Amino acid sequence: MAEIFELGIAGIRSGIASGDFTAKEVAETFIARVSAAKSLNAVLVETPDHALAAAEATDKAKAAGKTLGKMAGVPIGMKDLFCTEGVATTAGSLILEGFTPQYESTVSSNLFKAGAGMLGKLNMDQFAMGSSNETSAFGNVISPWRRNDGGNTDLAPGGSSGGSAAVVSGRICPAATGTDTGGSIRQPAAFVGITGFKPTYGRCSRWGTIAFASSLDQAGPMAHDVRDCAIMLESMAGFDPKDSTSLELPVPEWEAGLKSDLAGKRIGIPKEYRVDNMPPEIDALWQKGIEWLKDAGAKIVEVSLPHTKYALPAYYIIAPAEASSNLARYDGVRYGMRDLPDGAGLQDMYAATREAGFGPEVKRRIMIGTYVLSAGYYDAYYTQAQKVRTLISQDFDKAWESCDLLLTPTAPSAAFGLGEKSDDPLAMYLNDVFTVPSSLAGLPAISVPAGLDGQGLPLGLQIIGKALDEQSVFNAGLALEERAGFVAKPEQWW
Amino acid sequence: MSVDKETVKKIASLSRIAVTEAETDALVPELNNILGWVEQLGEVDCSKVEPMTAVIPNKLRLRDDVVSDGNVRDKVLANAPVADHGFFAVPKVIE
Repeated sequence: MAEIFELGIAGIRSGIASGDFTAKEVAETFIARVSAAKSLNAVLVETPDHALAAAEATDKAKAAGKTLGKMAGVPIGMKDLFCTEGVATTAGSLILEGFTPQYESTVSSNLFKAGAGMLGKLNMDQFAMGSSNETSAFGNVISPWRRNDGGNTDLAPGGSSGGSAAVVSGRICPAATGTDTGGSIRQPAAFVGITGFKPTYGRCSRWGTIAFASSLDQAGPMAHDVRDCAIMLESMAGFDPKDSTSLELPVPEWEAGLKSDLAGKRIGIPKEYRVDNMPPEIDALWQKGIEWLKDAGAKIVEVSLPHTKYALPAYYIIAPAEASSNLARYDGVRYGMRDLPDGAGLQDMYAATREAGFGPEVKRRIMIGTYVLSAGYYDAYYTQAQKVRTLISQDFDKAWESCDLLLTPTAPSAAFGLGEKSDDPLAMYLNDVFTVPSSLAGLPAISVPAGLDGQGLPLGLQIIGKALDEQSVFNAGLALEERAGFVAKPEQWW
Repeated sequence: MSVDKETVKKIASLSRIAVTEAETDALVPELNNILGWVEQLGEVDCSKVEPMTAVIPNKLRLRDDVVSDGNVRDKVLANAPVADHGFFAVPKVIE
């Protein structure tokens, strides 16, 4: 039998159900894994008591013959963007140092109600702004993966959910929460060879999730495989009156609906995603993906999403604009740090606090956002970007006339070394070239690990679906997963 | 459109972020680089396009006009850098 730490959500569920082990043993196993993985810097706060308490509740419920929740006995990692009652929450920023939420985010609360425990709060790019986890104020997360050249270059786990990616791929937590604004679940999942799912905008409540760009932010699961993501998303999603954009819809039983037979499904291959300088290995993997989906019974059609090249620039107006507004709340008055120079007045206190508390990338985005929203520039930048966003969304609507799903690579490269791209913000932004368009359109999408490149590093394939059609996305993801047979794991060096 | 040093100082001030002269010098080319790149959006003909307001059609809900939470003053103040007599405390605003 597999060791407990190698199990994902479904494996833990069946082991507890059959009495192979208790939830307490599972929690203890992963608590030890977390505390032995400090060199990855993936966990900001360890919460072993939380995981143990949830495990004891599961064991008690089982002994009493009660029906167990969907996440019963599964201890998870929590991205530090989710406010957790009584547990420090920083969003990876100094400006929230010392902040201890007095309430629980809806997503974490839903997971706990389903029986999950929490192993710790996970490091991330500061305010989820980054693609490599290098913007955290608490240091880089180091990917558990290494190149197969015998060297020990530290690699980026992707971002912004870099801590989540690192702990799931290193089998340090069996699953973790992520959030995705422009690709922050899917790109890190691809970088570390795990599965990550971004649901339709509005499926998961944003209440209690620290806001970056509210019209884009969506929570989702990061886990071993498609089934685990389906189980976990069922527990995260659901209508929440406290979020005005929460969808008032029942949560489908995605796990029960899993089916990798794609007969009758049409898969679109967007021709604009064949970007210049795409590594041949990624192109080859994309071709393999096409063959795998054909093998599963799907029909392949070429489609066009003509405004794809404008998605990134539109995103880098819209997201900073929303961020500059959302992050105005960090003023040194209500929570977090305060920097009050001698003799300073209120305005000086704001400026000093925000100067000391925000990292360079956050400041850059707040200033870009402030500029594109300022008088005289609003229409030229912000309104134009929102119009282009409409065109991008219409591109997808048009594509759905001839296909049901889209297949693309998740990211334009495998994981890169820490520091290799951090000097050039624009080069970093290009990491999200394949994930941003579906974010702008609010569509569900999954990244599935599909192969290794020549350096021995994971590569992912992405499936994008119609709004609310998570089931088809899961199913096509499963078809890829079954055929890719991806079993590679990082060798434990930490 | 490109930004100069004065504009960067103005943006920083609107953003309530203190910047030094050296930081301002570094920010000018950085912001211009990004702004120059996003300006390619200008080439898209959007004359007949409405700006996006909601990605998924969703009506804003109304709820009954009743108090749905509150009475949590101490929780609200629990994380304040400085709280006094049940209020957030700030440096003197009016002389």
